[in-house]
Amino acid sequence: MSAHEHTDPRPPVRWATHALLIVFTVGTLFPVLWVIKMALRPSQDFATGLNPLPTEFSLQNFADIVGDPLFGRQLLNSTVVSGVTTLVGVFLACTAAYAFSRFRFPGRRAGLAAFLVTQMFPGTMMMIPLYQLMDWLGLLDRMLGLVLVYSTTAIPFCVFMLKGYFDTIPKDLEESALMDGASQFTIFWRIILPLSRPAIAVTALFSFMTAWNEYILAATFMSDERAYTLPVRLQAFVGDYTTEWGHFAAGALIVSAPVMALFFALQKHLVGGLTSGGVKG
Amino acid sequence: MARVELDGVGKRYPNGFEAVQAFSIDIQPGEFIVLVGPSGCGKSTTLRMVAGLESITTGELRIDGRRVNEAAPKARDVAMVFQSYALYPHMTAFENMAFGLKLQKVPKADIEQRVRKVAEQLAISDLLDRKPKAMSGGQRQRIAIGRAIVRAPKVFLFDEPLSNLDAKLRLQMRVELSKLHRSLGATSLYVTHDQVEAMTLADRIVLLKGGVVQQIGAPLELYDRPDNTFVATFIGSPAMNLLTGERTAAGVTGAGFQVAFQGAGQVGQPVVLGVRPEHLRPVEAGAAVFSGTVEVVEPMGSESFVYCRHGEQLLVVRTKDAPPSPGALMHLAPEPGRLHLFDGATQGRLG
Ligand SMILES: Nc1ncnc2c1ncn2[C@@H]1O[C@H](COP(=O)(O)OP(=O)(O)OP(=O)(O)O)[C@@H](O)[C@H]1O
Ligand SMILES: [Mg+2]
Repeated sequence: MSAHEHTDPRPPVRWATHALLIVFTVGTLFPVLWVIKMALRPSQDFATGLNPLPTEFSLQNFADIVGDPLFGRQLLNSTVVSGVTTLVGVFLACTAAYAFSRFRFPGRRAGLAAFLVTQMFPGTMMMIPLYQLMDWLGLLDRMLGLVLVYSTTAIPFCVFMLKGYFDTIPKDLEESALMDGASQFTIFWRIILPLSRPAIAVTALFSFMTAWNEYILAATFMSDERAYTLPVRLQAFVGDYTTEWGHFAAGALIVSAPVMALFFALQKHLVGGLTSGGVKG
Repeated sequence: MARVELDGVGKRYPNGFEAVQAFSIDIQPGEFIVLVGPSGCGKSTTLRMVAGLESITTGELRIDGRRVNEAAPKARDVAMVFQSYALYPHMTAFENMAFGLKLQKVPKADIEQRVRKVAEQLAISDLLDRKPKAMSGGQRQRIAIGRAIVRAPKVFLFDEPLSNLDAKLRLQMRVELSKLHRSLGATSLYVTHDQVEAMTLADRIVLLKGGVVQQIGAPLELYDRPDNTFVATFIGSPAMNLLTGERTAAGVTGAGFQVAFQGAGQVGQPVVLGVRPEHLRPVEAGAAVFSGTVEVVEPMGSESFVYCRHGEQLLVVRTKDAPPSPGALMHLAPEPGRLHLFDGATQGRLG
């Protein structure tokens, strides 16, 4: 053992860290590769064997799915529901979070606590009461119903996330704007929101994903095939007796593509450090 | 230019803390007022009340004779430079400076012209396209000052604008601020805890302590005729020597000294005698009022501060002569007519 190794025990630690990271990376990537492999195989069986790399390259499964006469309609459903959920969620979360961050009003603490409490219940628990509610409101099989449900699910998290971020924006900036003659709304719109782009990007991504990936509630509320969202359609490939694994895998990839695209599009906004340089000390 | 009157203005925070009490001053148009005092004495609070960022609990604030206690900041037409600069990080220097004018719906061409003119004045023209992130502290401070100037407000407020700069830059900015004030002639309220800034910039200084005004006056007035022992020791560096004693018919007698003094005070009254370090002169042993050994010598280049032990007391002497070495015996006497006398009980000035 060299003197260097003796005095510096770090390399073994580093190797261990790398080994652990490699294990996790493989563990994470393995199922993804498998799905890709299944999607590219023309057959509908479950892929077995250890090799996760594709051996056949057929786009038949993708063609089948995109060629489905209802696919366009269902894609539109998913897009509209997720898009509107994101818009509503981000808008309401921004305004609510700003109020929670900057104003002191009766019920502020209770409101924050209530948001936290709603996060403690699993979504499935709410299914039956929500179904009844939707039924009364005549919102079953309607996209508006899903938008409402998804927004209310996403908003509490988004409010917490954004409030935490708003709290870090120095008060001096707002006072400075106040001295410049800005109204409260101008401050919010022209100072706070532009500075919060990273947090808003995260919030938007979260809202979108909440809506885009959700299956259970959509499957419960939407009984008409024309009202399905993509995850519901996807689940239909898994039957009681047979499962079209190839279609299922290809569908899964198609569904995850927009989320990935969105992630990459927002990536540059997810980088922090936007407020640096404005105030000193 | 505006006249600003504070009439018994006071601030009590919601937790019951009295940060400022009965602050009264009549600031003339174009006057440069500096608020000084130790940390936590209510300087920022006073400034923020004038700005409209903090509500006024008691008294009245008038700008050009109009009561503005309840007016929103933008209705007061004042501009403020923050200690932290508080530049908008997502805007360029130009946009930072233009923001206030844009909100006032000033025509674009006018904004452009006004910002360029001020930028030239402050030598920041080549920074206008940069964001705050890409500027040094001194450059940011200039932008912050430019943002205030460009609006041409009635009153300028500065809250320790130079305290984040290094010593050299601070000196340079101080001189520039002084020049700027002379060219703009705008009414200004400037907060600092640096007495050099206060002495050099102010038309009048307001010295605060614990939310109470101690003295208001021209810099040399505070220096030459401090109203109480707090003012006496706060203004001037090194601080004035204070010695407790008793008024006698001929002068003042204290522990190990006797000095002649004419004028104020009654015989037998406990008093505090004040002598500025530059008014203590080395003398022959026979003429000495104070005698003691030299403990520490601080050479400053053009002058030296000599710390001399006189009984319990450490006396500071400021001398331009070659200083004695530590351990040497020193005989000192105050220059006649340069003594300050304060009441031993109230610490107020007697004469
Ligand atoms: N929001 C507040 N609530 C209660 N007390 C406050 C509040 N803001 C300031 N104070 C208190 O009021 C006093 C004056 O504060 P202020 O900020 O005016 O001091 P300052 O003279 O500017 O001090 P510094 O030189 O440290 O900036 C301080 O004792 C401070 O603790
Ligand atoms: Mg302060």
